[in-house]
Amino acid sequence: MPFVFLDEIATADVAFEAWGETIEEMFISSAEATMNVMVADLEKIERREKREIEIGSDAIDMLLFNLLQEIIFFKDAEQLLLRIEDANIVYENGLYFVRATGWGEQISPERHQLIVDVKAVTLHRFKVEHTPRGWETLIILDI
Amino acid sequence: MTIISKLKKISDTVWEIPASYKEGMRVPARIYATEKLVMEMDEGVVDQVTNVATLPGIQKYALCMPDGHWGYGFPIGGVAAMDEQSGVISPGGIGFDVNCGMRLVLTSLTYDEVKEHIKKLVDRLSQRVPAGVGSSGSIKLSHDEFRTLVEKGARWCVQNGFGWEEDLERTEEFGQMSGADASKISQKAVERGYKQIGTLGSGNHYLEIQVTRRENIFDAELAEAFGLSIPDQVVIMFHCGSRGFGHQVATDYLQLFLKVMETKYGIRVLDRELACAPFLSPEGQDYFAAMKCAINMSFANRQVILHRIREVFSEVFRRDPADLGLRQVYDVAHNTAKLETHTIDGRQKRLLVHRKGATRAFAPGAEGLPALYRKSGQPVIIGGSMETGSYLLAGVGSGDQTFFSTAHGSGRTMSRRQAKRMFRGKTLQQDMEHRGIYVRTASWSGLAEEAGAAYKNIDEVVQATEEAGISKRVARFVPVGNVKG
Repeated sequence: MPFVFLDEIATADVAFEAWGETIEEMFISSAEATMNVMVADLEKIERREKREIEIGSDAIDMLLFNLLQEIIFFKDAEQLLLRIEDANIVYENGLYFVRATGWGEQISPERHQLIVDVKAVTLHRFKVEHTPRGWETLIILDI
Repeated sequence: MTIISKLKKISDTVWEIPASYKEGMRVPARIYATEKLVMEMDEGVVDQVTNVATLPGIQKYALCMPDGHWGYGFPIGGVAAMDEQSGVISPGGIGFDVNCGMRLVLTSLTYDEVKEHIKKLVDRLSQRVPAGVGSSGSIKLSHDEFRTLVEKGARWCVQNGFGWEEDLERTEEFGQMSGADASKISQKAVERGYKQIGTLGSGNHYLEIQVTRRENIFDAELAEAFGLSIPDQVVIMFHCGSRGFGHQVATDYLQLFLKVMETKYGIRVLDRELACAPFLSPEGQDYFAAMKCAINMSFANRQVILHRIREVFSEVFRRDPADLGLRQVYDVAHNTAKLETHTIDGRQKRLLVHRKGATRAFAPGAEGLPALYRKSGQPVIIGGSMETGSYLLAGVGSGDQTFFSTAHGSGRTMSRRQAKRMFRGKTLQQDMEHRGIYVRTASWSGLAEEAGAAYKNIDEVVQATEEAGISKRVARFVPVGNVKG
């Protein structure tokens, strides 16, 4: 799993670090970590419904912020648990765009081991970094 | 590492961090806590409360209540009053779960009368008050109807048959924050929230059946004024908020403020989560009107849950809810910003008081209190962990030192993952049942995260608020049944 939950930050909430060799991989890792806060075993989410997500932002970190917000949105608005399977990020005319495909299914409290709801992505200590190993992020989710 | 070396002791319950601690602090920061609670506080509290002290327009002190801990933007337990004219409004000073709050409901039943029905009550309540990840409720509204609801709050519910007229006067803002404007909320916010009326959510949200024993009444006169009048009286307490709707409103405006804060208003903050706008700016006023919609959604959410509680008790006891004495004591909000008049250095001033994980605690005689609590002061409902107990407090005159604010709960000391490593949900449930607390949960690991040992000692927290003179104890409740979100 290209993410790790951190214990010592933001007592009542959940903090994690996620990474990837490419920025797209890091985005997907972050989406997996976010979903893993709500669902214990991600493999239990079946590929039944597909959603194409397209978002633009003038900053790369806010692009990630918005992608994660989108996953949280689908969970509340459509009771849909989505896993991001691929993502493509481009930079055009001063804006970053991500096109991502999410697969998943309706929440089933019987089948999915649900844990806690994620309310929001916070900006506290939020960072996206390009490092010699690739891309890394630190995110605190509001629980 | 303890934070105590950074604090100057003002009294046994007040600790100060001078404005020289960090560049940009406009006022000192003050932490309200006993020495023991201070020793348990994390580094994040100092960092965050001093960040708050840098915000434009802040008055007197950036405050942290005794249950304070590391949050995002403000610490949890953070209170800051901004000058209406020169101050800012910040979603990070309110929280994503706008008007997350507590309701306390009386019954005229004793524990002996309820004992044999606890399981049935808890089981039925867990069916009628949906909880857990992404849960939706049974009230079907169109988007337009939802927009009306968020402007009218709990009043909409009462008008549509979900409650009694008297519930409104027993709710902060009488259940409807005026000035809520649904044209200031996004379609996304509506879509996230319109199916969630009457749902508990998850995390630290719960609905509990509790008992107050005679030895746990600290002030008999106030207890009587708040409706606690029989021995071993059963009450119901619950904690929940504005669900996905409020979370989206906060997220929308956080992003808007980030865009305009520096470029348009020249404000720099030390944590992006403190993104803000001048209160009187168009963006600040839009957020204020949208945030009020989220406050109202939360009042409506708790109003419908109260209605479900009345239905369930009525079915189980085959008696009318009024006959069972199912009257609300009060509904308090935790995560809000409200315009209030306070006295600063002898002068009355209009202030925007941000309370994040803190409860308003108006003193006797305060404007804004309903006639029935004018003499007693505001009832303050403090939810403890599900294993230990909860409190009813009252606002007091000396609460002016914290802009009439006090604690909101016991406050976590252990992270969610630590708690999960130490406790297993199923074992915990069995242990609690042995101790006379029957629990139904939407999630076993969610239950483990809420273990009592993950929280500060609630008795210590409320004692600190009393010693500091920001609220006083009225009664303590012990849990006997719990629906865990």
